[in-house]
Amino acid sequence: MAAIQITHVEKRYRALRALDDVSLSIEEGEFFGLLGPNGAGKTTLISILAGLSRADAGSVSVHGHDVVSDYRAARKLLGVVPQELVFDPFFTVRETLRLQSGYFGLKNNDAWIDEVMHHLDLTNKANANMRALSGGMKRRVLVAQALVHKPPVIVLDEPTAGVDVELRQTLWKFVARLNREGHTVVLTTHYLEEAQALCSRIAMLKAGKLVALDSTANLIHRISGSQLRLRLARGSLPDALKSLVAHPEQLLDSNQYTLRVTDYTEVEPILATLREAGVVIEDMQLQQADLEDVFIQIMEGEK
Amino acid sequence: MNKSMIEPLAGFQTLFYKEVLRFWKVAAQTVAAPVLTAMLYLLIFGHVLEDRVQVYPGVKYTAFLVPGLIMMSVLQNAFANTSSSLIQSKITGNLVFVLLPPLSHWELFGAYVGASTLRGLMVGGGVFLMTLWFTPLSFVAPWWILIFAVLGAAILGTMGLIAGIWADKFDQLAAFQNFLIMPATFLSGVFYSIHSLPTVWQNISRFNPFFYMIDGFRYGFFGQSDVAPLFSFAVVAGFFVVVGALTVTLLKSGYKLRH
Repeated sequence: MAAIQITHVEKRYRALRALDDVSLSIEEGEFFGLLGPNGAGKTTLISILAGLSRADAGSVSVHGHDVVSDYRAARKLLGVVPQELVFDPFFTVRETLRLQSGYFGLKNNDAWIDEVMHHLDLTNKANANMRALSGGMKRRVLVAQALVHKPPVIVLDEPTAGVDVELRQTLWKFVARLNREGHTVVLTTHYLEEAQALCSRIAMLKAGKLVALDSTANLIHRISGSQLRLRLARGSLPDALKSLVAHPEQLLDSNQYTLRVTDYTEVEPILATLREAGVVIEDMQLQQADLEDVFIQIMEGEK
Repeated sequence: MNKSMIEPLAGFQTLFYKEVLRFWKVAAQTVAAPVLTAMLYLLIFGHVLEDRVQVYPGVKYTAFLVPGLIMMSVLQNAFANTSSSLIQSKITGNLVFVLLPPLSHWELFGAYVGASTLRGLMVGGGVFLMTLWFTPLSFVAPWWILIFAVLGAAILGTMGLIAGIWADKFDQLAAFQNFLIMPATFLSGVFYSIHSLPTVWQNISRFNPFFYMIDGFRYGFFGQSDVAPLFSFAVVAGFFVVVGALTVTLLKSGYKLRH
């Protein structure tokens, strides 16, 4: 059974079609990335999943429980870190976490609350009022609130937006541990290197439409390939290689070329062609495409 | 998730506790200040009108005024609790902490209204205790006192919930309070008996449910009222069922809470 099943979901805000027939399935134990530019519909989709919004059409279920008709079962299985930095100024960190735990039906949950606070470096702030915390600390509490009931499915909506490196490392270490222990993790982020490092599978949304859905490795491999950067000490690029040049302006007046290659096996024939033409290489780099290249390529392709 | 620890009513209990804690942490503002305000009303109106007005035979004006002031405090503070809690949570965005968990619309309703009822009763109790210094009171029918106090607080707590759900901004909430709750409270017989009004205003007052709350509550003290307490109870209970049903429906539909 899928951890999250999204089927033909549509959502409109007056004339704006925020989600347009989005369907995807996230398996149990996956670390799943949901990417897209601002306004793509990521937060709308998460809001529908979390019950904060209602879809105009389609359905969403968590471990088989529909988020509308069986919302109590579905919400018990979800821990959501909202994008906005919100807090209740009346309470301390510990009170906030105890209350959130109680809302999910869990009382006397201090052992786990202490563990969550420990892993998020919140222990020495346990009795501090929420108003007294820095932005980064408030973000940690938001993450802790989402985890107080040990949800099997954790949804992080841009959890590292505007936070320091220390929190990012602390957070990813903890979330990666939870994922290893079997928790499904859904992440939206604008930090594509984070998504590439953490997510095993990625969906990309643009203007409410699902424009890519594949494993991270496949996306990087299939769509963008690699780049071989050459700086020549003597000679010019043979005609046989000119079709591989990524940036045509380099052909006009340059001794530097960026060639598109799909994998390492294509490098040796290129070097052989250069040797045959008597070209001397001064510098050479093989650069692997990353998720950012893929993201830009897909988003530009969908214009 | 550790299922063995899950308690069926824990969600409701926690939200109720949170709502109580929220007002108790600022009790000087939410409990003590309304008591002081009611005492000022009693001092001023009691002093000015004590020898000039007698509403019920054998009942001094100050004594007549006390139940009205207690009930007015109960009603206004019950309304303030739910409405301010909800609008603050909506505007600051922390309402999401209540919307994400598996709390049913019944649990939301019960917890918010329960806590507002408690605050209303605490303020009313405070006013009552303070007024004991000023005038002796009789308690002809204590059960009616309790029933009307609880029902009145629950109704205003419910109306506060409606206002908090409906309002998007503080000024909308203030409009609800200033143009609906305040007039209905002041024109309900807190300071007078409706028999002292012209006939047309007497008839209009009979369409004001707040009048029945205060009249029934006052009956519990003096055994005298403008209408029979059982009739007042029927009106007040019926009104609670109507506003309660409306509020539960709004919560269930997610109106202005879930988009």
